[in-house]
Amino acid sequence: MANQDFPLIFERSREGRTSYSLPELDVPDYDIDQEMEEVYIRKSAPELPEVSELDIIRHYTGLSNRNYGVDSGFYPLGSCTMKYNPKINEDVARLDGFSHIHPYQNANSVQGAMEMLYDLQTSLKEITGMHEVSLQPAAGAHGEWTALMMIRAYHEANGDMERTKVIVPDSAHGTNPASATVAGFEAITVKSNEKGLVDLEDLRRVVGKDTAALMLTNPNTLGLFETEIMEMAEIVHTAGGKLYYDGANLNAIMGYTRPGDMGFDAVHLNLHKTFTGPHGGGGPGSGPVGVSKELEPYLPKPILTKKEDQYIFNYDRPHSIGRVKPYYGNFGINLRAYTYIRTMGAEGLKKVSEYAVLNANYMMRKLEKRYTLPYPQHCKHEFVLSGKQQKKLGVRTLDIAKRLLDYGYHPPTIYFPLNVEEALMVEPTETESKETLDGFIDTMLSIADESEHNPELVQEAPHNTIVKRMDETTAARKPILRYYGK
Amino acid sequence: MEFRYLPMTEIDKQEMLDTIGIRSTDELFSDIPSQLRMQQELNLKKPANEADLMKELSKMAGRNANLKEYSSFLGAGVYDHFIPSVVDHIISRSEFYTAYTPYQPEISQGELQAIFEFQTMISELTGMAVANSSMYDGGTALAEAVNLSAAQTKKKKILVSKAVHPESRAVIESYAKGPNLEIVEIDFENGVTDLAQLEKELDENIASVVLQYPNFFGQIEPLEKVKELISTQKKTMFIVSSNPLALGYLTPPGDFGADIVVGDTQVFGIPAQYGGPHCGYFATTEKLMRKVPGRLVGQTVDEDGVRGFVLTLQAREQHIRRDKATSNICSNQALNALASSVAMSSIGKHGLRKMAVMNMQKTRYAKELLKKAKIPVVNNGAYFNEIVIKLDKSVSEVNTGLLEKKIIGGYDLEQAYPELQGHMLIAVTEIRTKEEIETFVKELGDING
Repeated sequence: MANQDFPLIFERSREGRTSYSLPELDVPDYDIDQEMEEVYIRKSAPELPEVSELDIIRHYTGLSNRNYGVDSGFYPLGSCTMKYNPKINEDVARLDGFSHIHPYQNANSVQGAMEMLYDLQTSLKEITGMHEVSLQPAAGAHGEWTALMMIRAYHEANGDMERTKVIVPDSAHGTNPASATVAGFEAITVKSNEKGLVDLEDLRRVVGKDTAALMLTNPNTLGLFETEIMEMAEIVHTAGGKLYYDGANLNAIMGYTRPGDMGFDAVHLNLHKTFTGPHGGGGPGSGPVGVSKELEPYLPKPILTKKEDQYIFNYDRPHSIGRVKPYYGNFGINLRAYTYIRTMGAEGLKKVSEYAVLNANYMMRKLEKRYTLPYPQHCKHEFVLSGKQQKKLGVRTLDIAKRLLDYGYHPPTIYFPLNVEEALMVEPTETESKETLDGFIDTMLSIADESEHNPELVQEAPHNTIVKRMDETTAARKPILRYYGK
Repeated sequence: MEFRYLPMTEIDKQEMLDTIGIRSTDELFSDIPSQLRMQQELNLKKPANEADLMKELSKMAGRNANLKEYSSFLGAGVYDHFIPSVVDHIISRSEFYTAYTPYQPEISQGELQAIFEFQTMISELTGMAVANSSMYDGGTALAEAVNLSAAQTKKKKILVSKAVHPESRAVIESYAKGPNLEIVEIDFENGVTDLAQLEKELDENIASVVLQYPNFFGQIEPLEKVKELISTQKKTMFIVSSNPLALGYLTPPGDFGADIVVGDTQVFGIPAQYGGPHCGYFATTEKLMRKVPGRLVGQTVDEDGVRGFVLTLQAREQHIRRDKATSNICSNQALNALASSVAMSSIGKHGLRKMAVMNMQKTRYAKELLKKAKIPVVNNGAYFNEIVIKLDKSVSEVNTGLLEKKIIGGYDLEQAYPELQGHMLIAVTEIRTKEEIETFVKELGDING
């Protein structure tokens, strides 16, 4: 199979094949065309494939064999928390009483579903230390935008119309400045200091009357805890701004500390990361937001409440920022997260963070022998190496990543964060065994050797994958975004 | 207590602590200021073992009236269609569902090709040149389309038909606050957008006109006439939200000059699951290709000339452009897009039209029976799988009665349209049998009195 292209489903199509078993037409065979104006009747059928059921199964099974997930092997992709996705979660999500219920059913007929959501909300409030939680946002970036809109509404309600700027660290995820822009703010940058933490002097310089919020990930994207968080909160709050917590890295601190206690006014969580989503090849995710009491009136509509023993959705929210998504959020993902939290409990979640951090530190100490470690202190759940020693030998971080593919690993996140040259960002997660970590460490050390003694081997990697490096330049210059037929 | 997702043994742990040169893991958390460190355990329910938890959650699920056991005539944007068995078998393959976004194309060709195929199917259905890898859902896709139109035309006013899904309109309103857009709603007349009002409001300040086809009431909007109106304004963009199943029968919006077509592929292989996750799609003209939000997959070749696929045109996206990105969206609904691709492949080129027609025929049958039962069916234009009826009693009262008969009744239109008191929106899909439709109409008539 190596180095061959794999037919598209359209290329497997043969006129007259089908795989669908339509129900019987048990009502009169009305001539629908008669009721429709001619111009609205489709003239040519869309070119969907015509394939048999086995064709479909072979096709997609073949595609799955050309893909790599956490179940395939180690996936130390920094900032993405690629932990094991428990199987019970999938079974629960497929129960008829959860998967086949309609969002507009009478609330009385879906109290079980609403109880689950309410219980999850309550758990997330406790884990984050926030006053209230909304499960509406569909993903992390969606949660960021939702919370920023709330912060905007809060300032506007106070007549504070000049707060147009959102501060993000230079190490922030790209979604932070993008969400700020989409919410109508201007994103400005605060620098990191030589320890990899937010530079308080620079923060003092950039805050002011125009500050709407500071967006912060803690631990930050270097995997380092922002030790001066209380001073930062003080600086931002004194200036009248709000503090926003990007929950991408919550896996590092559960049961140890909480964003609410650190002084954050709003947080978003990535349930597909910390709470075993799964990632689905890019989604669906879920990005609940938690807020302080002050921001609570601005939560998106509706909010889920409990009145006596009944769960209800409350739409009577005059200060709400409105709807951010149809229906009630990504219920199916929230359900998986709930199942996970119930499996682990408080004791388990604390252990999750303990091992996530232990694993990262262990790997970091082993790997710093051959790769540059720009920030030497203990890390949290992830750490960032620099490939600059290898770069001097002509081997780029991209090459190291590609060489890892040959050894059967998914590479770490590369070239992020932006403030580390030739960055390699490693997040092992807590669900990996020591043998797995050791195997990866040994491989990384071998690649360091190869870079010295046989750099071409690394530069020309991957050698063992089904395709080699792709021509991405042509892909972007002359985009082919769909199949056009033979 | 032992946790099955945590594999480290005490021996492992000790070796690792030694390597790091510390005595206990607490030292790794000592940089957290002491006043911030939690003194007590989180207040959560105790850890549950697998068997007990499954039992408890099954019971919780059992307290919900589900569409497998009840006969449902509820739609309003979320539909109960047959899901072929192949769908769940494919999306349960963990190489798909436990993968991340395909950043490493050499080991992600499966996902990338599946998305490329999805993009092709959406292009085909909508009659558009380009489709992206998916969006959160139809509602947010529509809101993103509105914001794109404003950015592209540098205009701030949007005309949105009131016959667009009320929750999508609400999401548009929320998204529009970021760039400070003005949303003007256009009323409806006999269940379709009031073209006279649309014509009156349309001028050179309009960034886009937004319609749904078929609309929220199931009616087929006259896109041809709307296009004629819009074409009087050179810059104004035409945005259409479409149920993609209906496009198996209806002329696609692309043929009427739509600039952006969005919608939700929940109708193809995705269960209702209480409203999400579903799967938005986003299709545009070639001209807008570099303005599209979200991921795009493109075809290319590797060093040996072998065909393959990559994420492309990433210069639009947040991880490259940061504050200058076209959208903040970072994820897509890849797994649900995969489910829809499998369902669409299963239905196939000719099956799709048959399925769409069957939805219309079954709805037509319900309409005939309702008329016979003297329950007024309002709106007299062409429709897809939804119709509106007028009841004598309140919709909630009728629905409560139906639920006792194991029937889930239609959507109460008064919730979103105060003027439509006593109006119920009914959806009839291909999986409702003749007998179910007959029972529904009979019970409905009895309760309505």
